[in-house]
Amino acid sequence: MKVFTYQRATTPAQAAQTVARTPGARFIAGGTNLLDLMKLEIETPGALVDVNKLGFDKIEPTANGGLRIGAFVRNTDLASDPRVRKDYAVLSRALLSGASTQLRNKATTSGNLLQRTRCSYFYDTAQKCNKRQPGSGCAAIGGFTRNLAVVGTSDACIATHPSDMAVAMRLLDAEVETVRADGSKRTIPIADFHRLPGNTPHIETVLEPGELITYVTLPKPLGGVHAYKKVRDRASYAFALVSVATVILPDGSGRVAVGGVAHKPWRVEAAEQQMGAGAKAVADRLMAGAKTTEENAFKVPLVHRILAAAMQDAKKA
Amino acid sequence: MEQFREIKLSRRDVLIAGAVSASAVAMPGANAQTAANAPAANPEPVKVGVSFNVNGKDVTLELDTRTTLLDALREHLHLTGSKKGCDQGQCGACTIIMDGRRINSCLSLAIMHDGAKITTIEGLGTPDKLHPMQAAFVKHDGYQCGYCTPGQICASVSVIEEIRAGMPSHVTADLNAKPQMTVEEIRERMSGNICRCGAYSNIIDAIKEVGGVKA
Repeated sequence: MKVFTYQRATTPAQAAQTVARTPGARFIAGGTNLLDLMKLEIETPGALVDVNKLGFDKIEPTANGGLRIGAFVRNTDLASDPRVRKDYAVLSRALLSGASTQLRNKATTSGNLLQRTRCSYFYDTAQKCNKRQPGSGCAAIGGFTRNLAVVGTSDACIATHPSDMAVAMRLLDAEVETVRADGSKRTIPIADFHRLPGNTPHIETVLEPGELITYVTLPKPLGGVHAYKKVRDRASYAFALVSVATVILPDGSGRVAVGGVAHKPWRVEAAEQQMGAGAKAVADRLMAGAKTTEENAFKVPLVHRILAAAMQDAKKA
Repeated sequence: MEQFREIKLSRRDVLIAGAVSASAVAMPGANAQTAANAPAANPEPVKVGVSFNVNGKDVTLELDTRTTLLDALREHLHLTGSKKGCDQGQCGACTIIMDGRRINSCLSLAIMHDGAKITTIEGLGTPDKLHPMQAAFVKHDGYQCGYCTPGQICASVSVIEEIRAGMPSHVTADLNAKPQMTVEEIRERMSGNICRCGAYSNIIDAIKEVGGVKA
């Protein structure tokens, strides 16, 4: 691990300003992903700003019936919150399907959104990776692609976003509240938060340098039947091959978001208009234009089948 | 640090002395290698003070910012019960209980835990007075080589508490009901602790006994 300085943030604006002004500085909250990458020297921050003592560790109701989740609420606390379990079950389910309790006890809401990819070519510093070293190329393309993305990819990157929580957040139309280095605040719809890789796969979100997430806010509950179905190589403690988050209303309409297939949580609102026509119609629209390889072509029919199972379950519920 | 020197280190004395001298030799070597890779900019290690409570004792350490909590426990406080398996949060051998919650001590910087209350396997019980979970692991032979066992036991103690506290898991059928103390729940909740010997069935038997699972 490279040498770094360490300081505890005093206010969100001060933290944002420090990280924006200090070359190579990063925030650290749970650290479960950042530290792992620092040990491998994939991440090499020269300064860490610890934001854990800033607060932002509560879940509060909003005036319009939603929930405002502090950025540093731990994944365990978010998944266990009675309001989340009752009104946003898909979020609780997504969180509980990811990682282990040990990790969820540390990992934070904002950190979960900011997870780096688990693409093995990103992790292997002997390989070319445009995300790790911009302009170096992508060894994943033409490499072993079973776990990698099939929609929204580019010639520069076929990595997936590893988060389960983010898929549920996308489904629920969460909003990300931030503080910028100049002290100003803004709210970013989750749909706009993560970027597709394009020619700059190393830029994964729309956050500016030093911009600090303070809250993630959920709109009022949707009702309906919530599900998060995750298919993976082990029954527990593994990243998704494909995951499907759904909220299905009594009239059969609903929402669908997919994990494990793209550089960001994958949702196509237009596809949801096809709910009445069945899972195949929705999945076809969702996965239209998929670029697959022999190894990951299974992901396209898998989206359809998981969605069909979720729709079937919703009818029985 | 000084307070911990008073702790009786009995059968591990020789091993610990070996580990300390090995790390003393390794450190300059690691620095030299870094210097060779980047001769121009090789900043000096940064040290930060931290105080926390480990197994009921207050300790204050001056640590390189890069020191993980696991390394602080093992190399600085000589509490070698917590094990370094993968060092990347995949195996659970480093599991400890901090402020009442189990975490992977390998994926956390020691300096971030000023004021924390930490319990390691050494703090759960003693050879004369085992924690009930330790006794159950012995009774049910919940290990083979024993390397993952301290992490397994710390995790097991937490699993029982988490189920009793009503925290849901991936296999909890009804998110709005209290989770049940079942084998299915225990297995899911223990998935962050890997046993390469495959002692899982005996580990489950030990946890079942302590948790009061019927049959």
